[in-house]
Amino acid sequence: MIHKYKQNGHYVVLDVCSGGVHEVDELAYRLLDYAKPPFSDSCPDDITAKLSDFSPDEINECYLELKQLYDEGMLFTDDDYEKYADMALNAPIKAMCLHVSHDCNLRCGYCFAQTGDFGGDRMLMSKQTGMRAMDYLIAHSGDRVNLEVDFFGGEPLMAWDTVVETVKYARSIEKQHNKNFRFTITTNGILLDDEKIEFINREMSNCVLSLDGRKEVNDRIRPCINGKGSYDVIVPKFQKLVQGRKDKDYYVRGTFTKYNLDFAEDVLHINSLGFEQLSVEPVVADPSLPYAITESDLPRIFDEYDRLEKIMEEQKKAGERKFNFFHFMIDLNQGPCVIKRLRGCGCGNEYVAVTPDGDIYPCHQFVGIEQWRMGSIFTDELSREIKDKFARLHIYSKEGCRDCWARFYCSGGCNANSFIYEGDIRKPHTLACEMQKKRIECAITLNL
Amino acid sequence: MTHIKTVNKANLKQTAAKGGCGKCQTSCQSACKTSCTVANQKCEAVK
Repeated sequence: MIHKYKQNGHYVVLDVCSGGVHEVDELAYRLLDYAKPPFSDSCPDDITAKLSDFSPDEINECYLELKQLYDEGMLFTDDDYEKYADMALNAPIKAMCLHVSHDCNLRCGYCFAQTGDFGGDRMLMSKQTGMRAMDYLIAHSGDRVNLEVDFFGGEPLMAWDTVVETVKYARSIEKQHNKNFRFTITTNGILLDDEKIEFINREMSNCVLSLDGRKEVNDRIRPCINGKGSYDVIVPKFQKLVQGRKDKDYYVRGTFTKYNLDFAEDVLHINSLGFEQLSVEPVVADPSLPYAITESDLPRIFDEYDRLEKIMEEQKKAGERKFNFFHFMIDLNQGPCVIKRLRGCGCGNEYVAVTPDGDIYPCHQFVGIEQWRMGSIFTDELSREIKDKFARLHIYSKEGCRDCWARFYCSGGCNANSFIYEGDIRKPHTLACEMQKKRIECAITLNL
Repeated sequence: MTHIKTVNKANLKQTAAKGGCGKCQTSCQSACKTSCTVANQKCEAVK
């Protein structure tokens, strides 16, 4: 299977199953409308006749180059990976989203957590529960050494003592269990102060800082409880945090909605504030809501991704790359192995979310949906049925993925999106798929 | 070749041979939290 596309003056051909990426000229691009295996020793006359604006010699030369790529296993290769599809069965848990707070000090209009409480009571996780969660993770992590814990909410800084004590506890026991904790935190920044910044920059291998972009865009949908905008409060704090981060990872992460389909402006704005690691993503929302992304928005969104790609490509050519955009980052050479690529994030199988009272869910977006409760860290229960269901989710079991050109890049997409929009974790959300495919094309173009 | 520049050679099949160790990051933890891309993750077995 191949996929070909044109972007910003480039003709690109992907050999889907081998990972081969080729930049071709117009002739090769058009010839691939007709040339397919089995290849002959010269270009068939009926194909040559279809490309009459090129000379027969030129067409034949190009045809033989395509044939050579095919012979070398870099074009029209077969998908030979289904035999690895069930390798994640019985996988240990290696990552945890720790909901230390089901409360929030912002009232974001699009919050999937219903302004922080996930549809339940507003509550904070106790230190004891945080520590118990670390014991649980270690006990269920098998031979995995690197364990990831993301402090999440609601707003995790509202449960700061729990964050600190959980980190201290995990650090105190990681060596004896031959584990290496990697902590991350996802915060809106309101409660950041010097002490918290110092701790985060010392202990957290990554932090995700929520900011939607331009002041008017951010403040329209991310107000404080009193209704005032959050931009002026958080930007200086994020700048201070990032200045102290040195070589550690961070992302300033925004959400775009129907209200700011010109979101490239928000990416550029965030960059102008001194931030270089950026992620701006489409909102997850019921299509009936006024800010939700709908199918009619796709052309505008694609144009915006194109614009962003072009800006980044120009910066790269000029040797002045000013920022990274998370969804345009692809390592073509040393990305994940194909076995990892058969499935997405690993939620419900290698990755779980834990609520303030210790309940376990497949990921943060499933929290509060009773049918997906997997167990509790206190009783050590974990639903084998739900875990296996997620372990068996892969590109060969999800609807439409098997024949999709993007399957080894997106790996079947977000299971929570599938459930929220389509009511079935095996049915990828088509709108998300279309945006994902566009981002992958942009990402590959930036690697040419 | 005059019509084709190969930017990335076919390497997915080779990755299957030593792949599946599971040491890598879960792809949702890093930055997105609402969508999922796997190809932008790093292989932790390759140092």
